[in-house]
Amino acid sequence: MTDTSTSDRPLLAARGISKSFAGVEVLRDVDLDLRRGEIHALLGENGAGKSTFAKIVAGVHRPTRGTLTLNGMPVEVTSPIVAQSLGITLIHQEPISFPDLSVAENLVLGRADGGWLARVPWAEMTRDARRLMDLLGVRIDVTRPMRGLSIADQQMVEIARALASDSRLIIMDEPTAPLTPKEVETLFAIARRLRDEGRTIIFISHRLEEVRALCDRVTIFRDGNKIATEDIGTLTDADIIRLMIGRPLREYMHKQGTTIGDVALEVENLTLPGVFSDISLTVRKGEMVGLGGLVGAGRTDVARAIFGVAPAASGTIKVNGKPVTIASPDAAIALGLAFVPEDRAVAGIFRTLPVEQNITAAVPGKIAPGGFIRGAVEKALASDSVNKLRIRLASLRQPIGELSGGNQQKAILARWLLTDPTVLILDEPTRGIDIGVKAEFYDMIGELAASGRAILLISSELPELLALCDRVLVMSEGRLTANLSRAEATQESIMHAAVPGAASRQGVAA
Amino acid sequence: MNLLRNIFLRREAGIAVMIVLFCIAVGAVKPQFLTLDSLRIILLLTPLIMIGAMGQMLVIVARHVDLSIGSMLGFSAMVTGMMFKFYPEIWWPVGFLVSIGIGAALGLLNGVLVTLFRLPAIIVTLGTLNLYRGLTYIVSNAKQIDRQFVPSALKSMSQTSPIFGIPWIIFISFGIGLLTYGFVMHTRVGRQIFALGSNPIAAPLRGIAVNKVTLLVFTISGALSGLAGILYASRWGFVNPSNTGSGFEFQVIAAVVIGGVSINGGVGTVLGTVLGVLLLGCVAAALPLLGIPGTTQSAIYGAVILIALLIDRTVRQQGIASLSRARA
Repeated sequence: MTDTSTSDRPLLAARGISKSFAGVEVLRDVDLDLRRGEIHALLGENGAGKSTFAKIVAGVHRPTRGTLTLNGMPVEVTSPIVAQSLGITLIHQEPISFPDLSVAENLVLGRADGGWLARVPWAEMTRDARRLMDLLGVRIDVTRPMRGLSIADQQMVEIARALASDSRLIIMDEPTAPLTPKEVETLFAIARRLRDEGRTIIFISHRLEEVRALCDRVTIFRDGNKIATEDIGTLTDADIIRLMIGRPLREYMHKQGTTIGDVALEVENLTLPGVFSDISLTVRKGEMVGLGGLVGAGRTDVARAIFGVAPAASGTIKVNGKPVTIASPDAAIALGLAFVPEDRAVAGIFRTLPVEQNITAAVPGKIAPGGFIRGAVEKALASDSVNKLRIRLASLRQPIGELSGGNQQKAILARWLLTDPTVLILDEPTRGIDIGVKAEFYDMIGELAASGRAILLISSELPELLALCDRVLVMSEGRLTANLSRAEATQESIMHAAVPGAASRQGVAA
Repeated sequence: MNLLRNIFLRREAGIAVMIVLFCIAVGAVKPQFLTLDSLRIILLLTPLIMIGAMGQMLVIVARHVDLSIGSMLGFSAMVTGMMFKFYPEIWWPVGFLVSIGIGAALGLLNGVLVTLFRLPAIIVTLGTLNLYRGLTYIVSNAKQIDRQFVPSALKSMSQTSPIFGIPWIIFISFGIGLLTYGFVMHTRVGRQIFALGSNPIAAPLRGIAVNKVTLLVFTISGALSGLAGILYASRWGFVNPSNTGSGFEFQVIAAVVIGGVSINGGVGTVLGTVLGVLLLGCVAAALPLLGIPGTTQSAIYGAVILIALLIDRTVRQQGIASLSRARA
């Protein structure tokens, strides 16, 4: 571990970094060297300590113990501002920005030159901002306000900010989760260019294929410990997963021995002009039907239309063989439909409310017969769900926002299971969830189908669709382009149907 | 096209149009509304509101609100008035320092309560609204400072004019507007106020001293209320413990919000706020002219404010929608 020459000397050396929050040790004695000009992945389940480590390097948290050495000099990173002056920038997944200020102002804000009454150099600021955007090859009007920029563009502004302060170490915390595949490509191209300029990038992600595509080395965290640092080429996916969860992952199990019954949901020629058209599909009891496609293909819109959030303009929906009109989610719930939406933070949870109220939110009739909420009934229902779904929490009265993503998702699933739905629509249910919890989640969905519910699973993860579903439908540009049986469905056949122009544009009846 | 589009989308354009339409409508009924004389009346109705609105704009941009400005105005005017009454030998311009200083101190106290104890500004300033008003009664023994005690040089600031027959007091208020403009657009801390209001969570991560900036905006709001306090004595020639500054916060907040300052923080312009103040001034001047009895004026005043906000909201949304359609 002794560094002999300057060129071999790591950019940043962490030694014995530990961190406790309220007496709980979340990071233990982490030693890590980051080389110049490398893209270094940090992998691990949520809570493994990778984000905490990144935040310590970026000055968001202070370590309880341990030292950081930058370019051979010991440093104290006491705040994000200090980090920035040391050339370390953290780019958050949802970039932190000031939506009402211009892009250019967002770029320079936090530069500590001049006092309170120092003049704001508008012209110079705008010029510098334009130069940085050109450097990155992105076309963003720097005088427009930040509000309304896509997340990808906001990330670009953050990267530009890192370059403005000539950061040598750029930390990207799950940057790709909210991006489309094309935006991910752009981001990777820029990351590679920055690496080739000799900058070091820490890349935090859940997606192994991305880590493989982009990174040079990988460090794996588990339960607050650093488990391994290796060249990415020397590890197989199975190795990585084993190191991350400490045990080999079971193959995703396809539910077995379920008899597929009558048609539970039948949709015919559902059309919402400009969004999707002529969508026809059926889901039978006990059947799990996948709905694949690229982001923006209209899958979520179809689900929202079926559930009555934004009803379609024309077309028919039958539930259990009977034609129905679903003008609102109320009506959908009454008919035995349930919908777990894609973005749980926005459309799923009531962040500040206790877990128990979140779980019982869709069944007011059950907890409040006669209009008054019975606390005991609510508690019983909620705690029953918590046990069944193995939701990890401190207390039922805890605000749901404090739970991890996977447990929030389980709580939302619990909410809909209480309505005893015949048809369950899941929209990207495992996005941003740990691998360990994911497997649990798959088991649960499998059990639900086995108990005779009809499940429509929207997912962008091909392995998920292939492992779980009896049939896979594929949408592209608002139309159904494929209806694949379990035998026919492969990564290639799904992608072929998903990519616009690759498949024939005839509608497919499903 | 782009320039036109930008002008159209500016909030200020909508308010300016509303002012013009309102004046034409009133002028159609009462032609004397469209004279220089009534312009003078309108302008004389606005300086205190203008000054208060500049401070309030900063507070609201920082995502707070200051309900106590009327009481700060009243208290600083009262103490200054008592100084005039009991120490008439003191050179009268010292009254400005006293009034502004007292206002600043009261504003600072608001800021301390908000930052130190993490209390919501709406609650803190609701409390100090009563506290400061109560203190005004206590120090004054509930007695008014009558005309004869207010220095005539001070009173004449509201009548005599350096140029164009426009009294000093109006120049002062527009001067404060210009100062505020320079402050928010061209100083680092001015921009930090907008950043703080736009995203309070991110602000400390970008090195913004949140507490200091918060203290600053409340202190400025207090200081400007203090300035409005002594100008009240100038304008009306007396200071009354219960009337002086009462309802000031309503007029000021209405003007600021009509002027396009977002109650969610981060958004607002000096020009918009000035126009908001002028619109209120026009309404206030028109009501008596139209022969609307005093008892109904308050209701109409409130309704006009709501209508102005509604028109602005709808027109702007439609404008944005039609523009984005045209673009697509």
